[in-house]
Amino acid sequence: MLYVVIAFLWMSLLFYLLLGGADFGAGIIELFTSDKNKDRTSNTLYRAIGPVWEANHMWLIIVIVILFTGFPEIYSVVSTYLHIPLVIMLLGIIARGTAFAFRHYDAVHDDMQKVYNKIFRYSSFITPLFLGIIAGSAVAGTIDPKASGFADAFIFSWLSFFSVSVGFFTVAICGYLAAVFIIGEARTPEGRSRYIIKARSMNIAAAIAGALVFLAAVVNGIPLVQWLFGNPLGIAAIVAALISLLLQRALIRKGKVKIIRVFAGFQIAMILLATTYFHYPRIILMKSGDYLSLTEQRGDDKSITVLAMALLIGSVFILPALFYLMYSFQRKTQPPLES
Amino acid sequence: MTDFLAARSQMALSLGFHIVFSCIGMVMPFFMAVAHFYYLRSGKVVYRNVTRAWSKGVAIFFATGAVSGTVLSFELGLLWPEFMKHAGPIFGLPFSLEGTAFFIEAIALGFFLYGWDRFNKWFHWFTGLIVGISGLVSGILVVAANAWMNSPAGFDYADGKYFHIDPVKAMFNKAWLSQSIHMCLAAFAATGFAVAGVHAIMILKKRNILFHQKAFRIAAVFACVAAVLQPISGDFSAKDVAARQPEKLAAMESVFQTRSHAPLLIGGLPDEKNKTVRYGIELPGMLSFMIAGNTNFTVQGLDQIPEGDQPPVAVTHLAFQVMVGVGLLLFLISLIYFFSLWKKRSWRESPILMKLFALATPLGFIAVEAGWTVTETGRQPWIIYGVMRTADAVTPMPGIRFTFYLFTAVYCSLALIVIFLLYRQIRMVPELYDTK
Ligand code: HDD
Ligand code: HEM
Ligand code: HEM
Repeated sequence: MLYVVIAFLWMSLLFYLLLGGADFGAGIIELFTSDKNKDRTSNTLYRAIGPVWEANHMWLIIVIVILFTGFPEIYSVVSTYLHIPLVIMLLGIIARGTAFAFRHYDAVHDDMQKVYNKIFRYSSFITPLFLGIIAGSAVAGTIDPKASGFADAFIFSWLSFFSVSVGFFTVAICGYLAAVFIIGEARTPEGRSRYIIKARSMNIAAAIAGALVFLAAVVNGIPLVQWLFGNPLGIAAIVAALISLLLQRALIRKGKVKIIRVFAGFQIAMILLATTYFHYPRIILMKSGDYLSLTEQRGDDKSITVLAMALLIGSVFILPALFYLMYSFQRKTQPPLES
Repeated sequence: MTDFLAARSQMALSLGFHIVFSCIGMVMPFFMAVAHFYYLRSGKVVYRNVTRAWSKGVAIFFATGAVSGTVLSFELGLLWPEFMKHAGPIFGLPFSLEGTAFFIEAIALGFFLYGWDRFNKWFHWFTGLIVGISGLVSGILVVAANAWMNSPAGFDYADGKYFHIDPVKAMFNKAWLSQSIHMCLAAFAATGFAVAGVHAIMILKKRNILFHQKAFRIAAVFACVAAVLQPISGDFSAKDVAARQPEKLAAMESVFQTRSHAPLLIGGLPDEKNKTVRYGIELPGMLSFMIAGNTNFTVQGLDQIPEGDQPPVAVTHLAFQVMVGVGLLLFLISLIYFFSLWKKRSWRESPILMKLFALATPLGFIAVEAGWTVTETGRQPWIIYGVMRTADAVTPMPGIRFTFYLFTAVYCSLALIVIFLLYRQIRMVPELYDTK
C-alpha cells in the first residue's frame, strides 16, 4: 500500500506541474505579451482554462494531504525549514487566485481591471518561482536542522544559486506549457502564429534556465549530472525528453496542436522522472548527508493503508469526472479555425 | 507579541477568515439549486436571473474560499509542525476524503459556472446540486478532524509515542456528530440570514422588488429552518461538551467552584483573578438541569482543574454569551417569519419584517465566529485535548509575528475588495437583470 501512496504522490505532483503549471504559464505569457495583445491573450486564456481552473489547483492539496498523512515527518521538516519560501508561495497563490476570479466577476469593467491584471501576472511569475525554489531546496542539501543561527536555519536553507535556478527553470517550463496549450485555442491564424512564436521563445528560455541549473549544480557542488546520467532509467528519461522536444519543434511548425500537447506533457513527465528517480526514495536531501526518505520516514502503516484506500476510492470518482469536464469543454470551445 | 501568541492569532485569523467563505461555498449552491429548479420548472425568467446573479457572487466567494483553504492546509505545518508530525497520520483520513470531496466540488463547479446553455438543462442543474452536496460533505469531514482535537480517539499514547493508530476510529470520535450537525446548521443560518438581509435591504430601497423578493424568500426559509433547529442542536453540543471536556463547559459558563444546583449564567463579566462573575443574571439550578435534566446534578468547576490546564475563562464565556444571545434572537425572528408565512400574509413583505432581517444580516456570522472561539479557546492549553499542549506544538521559527502582520494585512485587504465587488454586483442588478 505504501507504493500506491507514493505513486499517487508522484502523479499528483506531475498533474500539478502540468495543469497548474500551464495555468501559471498563462499569467507568465500575459506578462511577456506586448501591451496591444494582452487583452486578447487573456481572453483566449480565460476561455481555455476557466472551467478547469479550480480543479487544477486541487492537485497541490492532494500532495499536501498525502505528505502530512503518510509522511508527517517530511511535511513537518519541510514546513519548518522552508517556512519563508512557503509563505511567499502562499501569498502568490492568494493573490493569483483572487485576482483571476475578480477580473472575470467584477460586474463593472473599469480601471480596477488593470490592478487585477497586474497582480495576476506578477503573482503568476512569483508563485512557480518559489515552487521551484522549494523543490530545488529539497535536494540541494541546504536544509540543516542542526543549524543554530536564524540565517543558517531559515534563510540559507532555501536561498542558494541552485534553488533559485530551479525556480527560474520552473517558471520557463510553465510558460512553455501554457504556450503549447494555447496554440490550439487561438481563433485566428495570426493569433496562432503569435503563440507559436511564444512557444519557441519559452522553449529557448527553458533551455537557458536548464543550462543555468546545471551550472549552479556545479557551483554549489550538487552531483546533478551524476543523478541524471548515473543510471539507465535517468539516461533513458533524458533521451526521451530530448527526442520529444525535437519532435515538438517539428510539430509546432506543422501546427499539430493535439500531439504537441501530449509530447509536451510527456517531456515534463520525463524530466520529473529523471530528477526524482535517482535519489528515490530519499526525497529530502539535507546538510551533511542527512536525508528523509519515503520508506524510512513513512508514517504509521495502518494510516498509510487507509490513506491508499481513500485515494483509490477517490480517484474512481474524480478521474472520470475530471476527464469528462476537460473533454466537454475542449469539444465545445474548439474554435472553427478561419483561414 | 510573543511568537507563540502570534502563531495562535495567525491560525485564528486564517480560520476565522476561511470559515466565512466556506459557509457561503457550502450553502449558496443549495439556494441556487432551488432558484434554478423553479426556473426550469416554471420558466419564469426572474428565477433564472436570481440564479445567475447569485452564481456570479458565489464565484468570487469560491475563489477566495479555495485560496484561503489552500493556505490553511499549509499553515497547519507552518505554524504547528510538532502537532502535525504526530496528528497527521491519525486525523489525516478526513482530510484525504475531504480532498476527494473538494475535487468533485471543483469539477462540478466548472460544469455549473460555465455550463449555461451548453448541456442538458437538468444535467446542468444537477452539477450545481453536486457542488452543494460535496461542499457540505467536506465541511463535515474537516469538522470531524477538528472534533478529534477536542476528543482524541483512535490511538494509544505513552511516553510521547503514539501507537495502535486507527484512523477510522479517530474520525468517528465522540465529538464529530454534535459538532458537525451544529456546524452545518450554523452555515445555513449564517449564510441564509446574511443573504436574506442583503435582499431585504434592497427591498426596503425599492430596487427591483420582484427579483429581491424571490431571492429573499429562498434564503429566508432556509435560514429560519436552520435557526429554529440551532438551539436544539446547541443543547446537544453543550451536553456533549459537559461529558467530554468539563473544563471547557466550566469556562463557557464561568463555573469557578464545583457545585450542585449550578445556575445558568446570562451575560456577566468573569473576573479570573478573584474567581467571581460580575453583572451576570443567574437562573438558579438551570445549568445542572440543562446538563443532566436534574437540578441536583453536581457541575464540575474550574477549582478541580490544575491551574496550568485551565482554559481562558473570560474569552470563552463572553464568546459563548454572544453565540447563545444571537442564537435566541435568530430563533425569535424565525418564529415571527414562520408565523407570517402561515397566518399573516400582510406581515410577509412589511417594512418592519424587512428591517428586522436587514438588522440580522451580520448576526449569523458573528455567532459562527463566536462559536468557534468557544470551541478553540475552550480547548486551550491543549492542541490535542489532554495529550499535547499548544505551546509544545508551535514552530521553532522565530519572527512569526511578522507573518501574522503580513497575513492580517492581506486578509483585511481581501475582505475589503470582496465587499467592494459584492456592492458593485448588487448595484448592477437593475441593469443586468431588469425583468420588466
Ligand atoms: C449561526 C451560528 C450559531 C448559532 C446561532 C449557535 N451556534 Fe453554537 N456554535 C456555532 C455556531 C452557532 C459554531 C461556530 O458552528 C460552533 C463552533 C464549533 C462547532 O462545531 O460549532 C458552535 C459551537 C457550540 C458549542 C461548543 C461545541 C464544542 O466545543 O464541541 C456549544 C456548546 C454550542 N455551540 C451551543 C449553542 C447553543 C446552546 C446555541 C443556542 C442558541 C447556539 N450554540 C447557537
Ligand atoms: C484546518 C482547517 C481547514 C483546512 C485545512 C481547510 C482546507 C480547505 C481547502 C484546501 C479548501 C480549498 C478547496 C477548493 O479548492 O475547492 C477549502 C475550501 C473549503 N472549506 Fe476548508 N479548510 C479548513 C476548515 C474548514 C472548516 C471548519 C469548514 C467548514 C465547516 C470548511 C469548509 C470548506 C468548504 C465548504 C470549502 C469549499 C467551498 C469554497 O471553496 O468556498 N473548511 N478548505
Ligand atoms: C473554520 C472554523 C474554525 C475557526 C474559526 C477556528 C478558530 C480558532 C481559534 C480562535 C483558534 C485560537 C485559539 C486560541 O489560541 O485561543 C484556533 C486554533 C487552532 N485551530 Fe481552529 N478553528 C476552526 C476550525 C478548525 C479546524 C477544522 C481545525 C483542524 C482540523 C483547527 C485547528 C486549529 C489549530 C491546529 C489551532 C492552533 C492550536 C490551538 O490554538 O489550539 N481549527 N482556531
